[in-house]
Amino acid sequence: MDRAASLPVGKRRPSRRLRLRRAVASRPVSVLIYLAVMVLILGAAFEGAAAMGYNWQWYRIPRYFWTVGDEGFRWGEIPMGLVATLVLSTLAFALATVIGLVVALLRLSDLVVGRAVARVFLEIVRNSPLLVLLYVFYYVMGPIFGLDRYTASITCLAVFHGALISEIFRAGIESVPKGQWEAASAIGMTRGQVYRWIVLPQSVRFMLPPMTGEVVNMIKSSAIVSVIAVAELTTIGRNLISDTYMSFEIWFTIAAVYLAVTLLISAFASLLEKRHAVRD
Amino acid sequence: MGADGAAGRQGRASDPFATGRAVQGGSPVTDPAPIIALRDVCKFYGPFQALTDVNLDIRQGERVVVCGPSGSGKSTMIRCINRLEEHDTGSIIVDGVELDEETRNIRAVRQDVGMVFQQFNLFPHLTVLENLTIGPIRVRRMGRAQAEALGRKFLDRVHIPEQADKYPAQLSGGQQQRVAIARALCMEPRIMLFDEPTSALDPEMINEVLDVMVELAGTGMTMVVVTHEMGFARKVADRIVFMEAGRIVEAAPPEKFFSAPDSERARLFLNQILDH
Ligand SMILES: Nc1ncnc2c1ncn2[C@@H]1O[C@H](COP(=O)(O)OP(=O)(O)O)[C@@H](O)[C@H]1O
Ligand SMILES: [Mg+2]
Repeated sequence: MDRAASLPVGKRRPSRRLRLRRAVASRPVSVLIYLAVMVLILGAAFEGAAAMGYNWQWYRIPRYFWTVGDEGFRWGEIPMGLVATLVLSTLAFALATVIGLVVALLRLSDLVVGRAVARVFLEIVRNSPLLVLLYVFYYVMGPIFGLDRYTASITCLAVFHGALISEIFRAGIESVPKGQWEAASAIGMTRGQVYRWIVLPQSVRFMLPPMTGEVVNMIKSSAIVSVIAVAELTTIGRNLISDTYMSFEIWFTIAAVYLAVTLLISAFASLLEKRHAVRD
Repeated sequence: MGADGAAGRQGRASDPFATGRAVQGGSPVTDPAPIIALRDVCKFYGPFQALTDVNLDIRQGERVVVCGPSGSGKSTMIRCINRLEEHDTGSIIVDGVELDEETRNIRAVRQDVGMVFQQFNLFPHLTVLENLTIGPIRVRRMGRAQAEALGRKFLDRVHIPEQADKYPAQLSGGQQQRVAIARALCMEPRIMLFDEPTSALDPEMINEVLDVMVELAGTGMTMVVVTHEMGFARKVADRIVFMEAGRIVEAAPPEKFFSAPDSERARLFLNQILDH
């Protein structure tokens, strides 16, 4: 498996160029490069802001995280917004997973109608901008089905990501060899049992990386519901700016909070993948 | 080639495979109704006809070896018997149940018909023991403890009781195929189908699998085996079915088939494979 292991004993060291490439690709070095690039970008931004005569007021930011006043410790607006974002994303992701599974199973079913419905759903959702979809859910479906802005947001995000997730499920399910279906059917399992006990457990390994990617995407695209004023992190940011006019500080802070959360999730995901890879 | 060591075990009273169940329903002599009956079966893949007017009756307890050149429809025929493939015309009756669109019928038949594949098709995410118990637990609704006892019993009978907690990828090909046989037996079927069970194996592992099959034959199990292992066929088969181009060209007892086949085709085929 290991490439080095298959080399003949005493093989000479890899070339200098290759060593350089490997060094650059290694984790600490790539983190360093990443940080350097970020410093450059931020430096340029601050330089530009200084040239504009922007009045930095970073000292006013911490109070939006928490305050310790007469009534003791209190969480600020930003953590509350983050919690709202996470709740919204979690609900939407759960619903998206259900939609994704149903659509994937429909696409792989024997039902001609089922396959057609799934195809039409996918084409429509994948070819609409998320913002337009959100307007449709809020301004059109909302009044028709009596959805409030929160429910409309969750449904919209779930439908949008459900379409993407269904493709992940489909690819994962199709990655299981046909012989598995045959062996399971041959011992008398129903289609549902084959999915439940044989196919889905084996596709999890294929689906885990893209699914965590989708969690991150969901958190990022949940910011869009701020356009219909659903209270979450981005909306909080907008509100704070209209109160304080500190647009640079607040947007930098909000972006950093999103980044921190998504990095945490990615780290957790790679941990999970390692755990799953040990099995064979 | 073949399973010389195991041949003598055939039919022994203390046979390790004897479950009592295999002889239910009477011996072939007193029970003339075939357990498998194919009548004028045709099967198409698109415009290509893979089976043409296949007629075959198999009695309970009979051991049938199916051979013939590659692409002659052997796999297609035995896969029709448990409906992994659907036949287009004609009828197939297995253990008194006609195979048609009725999914209940199909599942009932599949529980009565075990199948062993060329590529083993073990479930890689389950341990050996879990591979054996998943059918009894999920399909036969057996309790876990009971299913595990059953699994260990059959693991014993394919001579690898010590591998119960390993994953399939940790076993040799021969061991994997024996697990696959045990998995099928755990459903306590009345019929076993084998589709080239030794073709994917390294030569030194072929005999360990054939030995297990010979022992199984000794229990009175009805067996349909697609194989080119003529040593096995000679020892075990009651009848050899020779197929070519989707048709059964000849069906004869091994003595006759090997010494004086009726068809020129079968003679040529035998010359080819016995040459090696
Ligand atoms: N799923 C399939 N689609 C199209 N043709 C097939 C399929 N399966 C088998 N065939 C064709 O049917 C014929 C018989 O195949 P098969 O039963 O596998 O032969 P054998 O097992 O005797 O080698 C072959 O010509 C093969 O190419
Ligand atoms: Mg074949």
